[in-house]
Amino acid sequence: MSVATPLVKLSRNDFKTEQEVRWCPGCGDYAILAQFQKVFPTLGIPREQFAVISGIGCSSRFPYYMNTYGFHTIHGRAPAVATGLKIMNPELSVWVITGDGDGLSIGGNHLIHAMRRNIDLNIVLFNNQIYGLTKGQYSPTSEFGKRTKSTPYGSVDTPFMPLSVALGAEASFIARAADREQKLLGDILTEAAKHKGTSFVEIYQNCPIFNDGAFFNITEKGTKDDNQLVVEHGKPLVFNKGKQGVIFDCYNPRVVNVDEVGLEAITIHREDGPLGYHLALARMHGPELPTALGVIRRVERPSYDELVNAQVETEIDKKGRGDLRELLQSGHRWTVEG
Amino acid sequence: MSTDTSSPMGDPESNGRSVESLETVAIRFAGDSGDGMQLTGTQFTSTTAIVGNDLATFPDYPAEIRAPAGTVAGVSGFQIQFGSLDIHTPGDRPDVLVAMNPAALKVNLPTLEPGAMIFVNTDAFDARSCEKVDMPETVLEDDTLHAFRVFKVPFTTLTRGALEESALTTREKDRCKNFLALGLMYFVFGRPLEHTEKWLDQKFAKKPDMADANKRVLRAGFNYGVTTETIATTYKVAPAPIKPGTYRQVTGNTATAIGFVAAAKLADNDLFLGSYPITPASDILHELSKYKHFGVRTFQAEDEIAGIASAIGAAFGGSISITTTSGPGLALKGEAIGLAIMTELPLVIVNVQRGGPSTGLPTKTEQSDLLQAMYGRNGEAPMPVVAAATPADCFDTAIECVRLATKYMTPVMMLTDGYIANGAEPWRVPDVEELPKIPVQFRTEVEDFKPYERDVVTLARPWVKVGTPGLEHRIGGLEKAEGSGNVSYDPGNHEHMIRRRAEKVDRIANDIPDAEVIGDTQGDLLIVGWGGTYGALRAATTVLRKRGHKVSHMHLRHVHPMPKNVEPMLRSFGTVVAAELNLGQLRHILRERFLVDVKGLNKVQGQPFMVSEIVSKIEALLGSPSQEAVL
Ligand code: SF4
Repeated sequence: MSVATPLVKLSRNDFKTEQEVRWCPGCGDYAILAQFQKVFPTLGIPREQFAVISGIGCSSRFPYYMNTYGFHTIHGRAPAVATGLKIMNPELSVWVITGDGDGLSIGGNHLIHAMRRNIDLNIVLFNNQIYGLTKGQYSPTSEFGKRTKSTPYGSVDTPFMPLSVALGAEASFIARAADREQKLLGDILTEAAKHKGTSFVEIYQNCPIFNDGAFFNITEKGTKDDNQLVVEHGKPLVFNKGKQGVIFDCYNPRVVNVDEVGLEAITIHREDGPLGYHLALARMHGPELPTALGVIRRVERPSYDELVNAQVETEIDKKGRGDLRELLQSGHRWTVEG
Repeated sequence: MSTDTSSPMGDPESNGRSVESLETVAIRFAGDSGDGMQLTGTQFTSTTAIVGNDLATFPDYPAEIRAPAGTVAGVSGFQIQFGSLDIHTPGDRPDVLVAMNPAALKVNLPTLEPGAMIFVNTDAFDARSCEKVDMPETVLEDDTLHAFRVFKVPFTTLTRGALEESALTTREKDRCKNFLALGLMYFVFGRPLEHTEKWLDQKFAKKPDMADANKRVLRAGFNYGVTTETIATTYKVAPAPIKPGTYRQVTGNTATAIGFVAAAKLADNDLFLGSYPITPASDILHELSKYKHFGVRTFQAEDEIAGIASAIGAAFGGSISITTTSGPGLALKGEAIGLAIMTELPLVIVNVQRGGPSTGLPTKTEQSDLLQAMYGRNGEAPMPVVAAATPADCFDTAIECVRLATKYMTPVMMLTDGYIANGAEPWRVPDVEELPKIPVQFRTEVEDFKPYERDVVTLARPWVKVGTPGLEHRIGGLEKAEGSGNVSYDPGNHEHMIRRRAEKVDRIANDIPDAEVIGDTQGDLLIVGWGGTYGALRAATTVLRKRGHKVSHMHLRHVHPMPKNVEPMLRSFGTVVAAELNLGQLRHILRERFLVDVKGLNKVQGQPFMVSEIVSKIEALLGSPSQEAVL
């Protein structure tokens, strides 16, 4: 979606609906919704050109609260629904809202194939590492050993890291945000909107009811400085107020003190860097390593919808736009006289 | 084979042989999967159509891409019936069998009537090949085939002989032998070579040596017929009285594809197909992917669910949207169909039925998905079901499904089956003016817009293109409030909406033609059929009526809702028989709906009905009406 100058000036209120928002009090989804409503009016896209498509789960209620075209589909299938919409209506800004269960469990197949094709969708996955809507079963991103209603003795499933999945699926844009890091979240959504091709954004989202505090060490005062590294293209990988940094040796990250090694020794983040680096960066986690937030990978490649529609245009240029008479009179024919 | 005794014998062009006139002939080309039998059959069909016979075909090929060579599992067959009369089926039993190897003979022998002609490739009947299929090496010499007229032709030797001077490898030469069989059949049935020659020139435009080799072999086959003395008679099949016009040969899958392109044009819109490859539906995807300059976008999805989900997305956006599949794929699409029903979006789901359950018989035909089409979803989820009757009818059915889907804002199920999907018949190409109109109105007016406000006649909700200013709205799978379309958990509203959605579909009955009836509107016995059995049931009814039975045939294209003449028809006959390729699914629906004691005439063998088996079962029923005519 190319970002043009807005025809009408839109505001946050233009994107609010009359529907009463029905997430649990304190749910991280509220903060995410607020950022969407803040960012959308700034993108220069007329309101009717937005479509927000979701699957099933707490996060998937999202379209009801955005005053755009919206579609609350079925469990896991939002990327596929969005794909059909985008192919036929490439001018739209299409957003897929999904969660760790919806996107990575039942809908895993659609998610990876959307990214592989690089269709121009903005896929935002709210990761709360739990099934909220069905009231508290472990999800494909829940940590090994997690005790939940369905795993009273601890889960014996190894979790996915959503960004690893995305990289394996050839995603051209991946980023990580957190519900509590409002400004960064807004910036990432803006960058995702600008990217042509699939933008995959993972948002760490707190579920106070069934998995409270899953990301607190990354998002809360007191612990976040030690555990959160915000990456920026062309800038060194520093965190903890610039005191610490990360150096990559053969894609192995290690934490160093900046004043011991000097700022110039710290690895510079490149969004167009090697896949191995992006993978290692996306997979960093505590306690030894900080967790990376921000745009981790952004590379250019043609989007699927663009290619499909280019083929249509080329054929129309070559053959002229097909009409009914031509259709009926095509193929091998013969005439029976009266 | 039926003989036209009124025609004079002898013909100046007969090379001194006697020429017999026939009304109908059924030929079956059979060989190994790699022998090119489908191609041979298609070529024979094209030429036969061009010389003016009516015809019907039935390709019958194995599920395995390459079953071990020379085995029974690897036999590929192509049957065509053609004639100087209306032809409705590919023929029960071939009058002529072309058998390229012992396996082909073995498989098809039981289908032949005494007196049938068999052309065998003697070169393929060596000890090893015979042993593979458990046939004595002496099969061509002993009395196994004594009931038949056997023509022993060394196809391979003759092919190599014709290509003596060619630079092709022996392997390449041998691959031309199907054209020898074709040339010989052209001789026996007095067909010209030129159409196939032209086709070869086009097909091998870039490989003239291949075109040349195949043409030589084709001619050699024809000339073998001219010179051999074993063929004492040739046959003439006069052109059929066919409605004047321009014709083309279509399979059901091709007709389906073209029908949807036409429907989108008639609706002044672009077509989207979301589909996952599955036998026997994939050819619709293949065909539609060629129509890019008609604005068609085909999306080969990652799975069946994505196939339909993407089509729902495209429908939400305002495009004519379809998804194509076969039985197992339909099972996977069930939940998404429910979404289209709840969101009241126009969508056509094409199910090319095949043998089930599970993977079943992927390349064989069956009508066992009717109940799945009707009921295979969670909740109260009715949708219109329309079934194509013949290969060419797939064109009209596709247009009808789009008309209903867009007019009533509902998903529509289009049923075809492996038999009509792959079978071909001549199709009289309609004029643009003959086609129905599909007027689609998109809502653009902002004032008083309610996403679920219904049309008073059709009960359809408005269709809005995403991108229309001022009409931003949300839809989804949760229950809707009538009018506003907001999520509603209100018990009364839920029941109201359930009834409204059902009524909307029921009202389609006011908008469809009566079911076609062959014969009288009352009598002793009514055969009720639906879908691809049309040709066989119609042909059988004609035979039964000629024999003096008071039998009629009613055929359902619109299976749900049903046309209005269905009930009075069911009540106007002493006995009603639902004939179908399943264990009685239509019968179940008719009994449930009309409380009529419908009998069943059923067959589930992966094969279409034979006319003769219908005739004999119906005659048995007429003799003792209490009997169940289960085949
Ligand atoms: S269950 Fe958790 S994720 Fe769902 S709405 Fe409540 S707090 Fe939010």
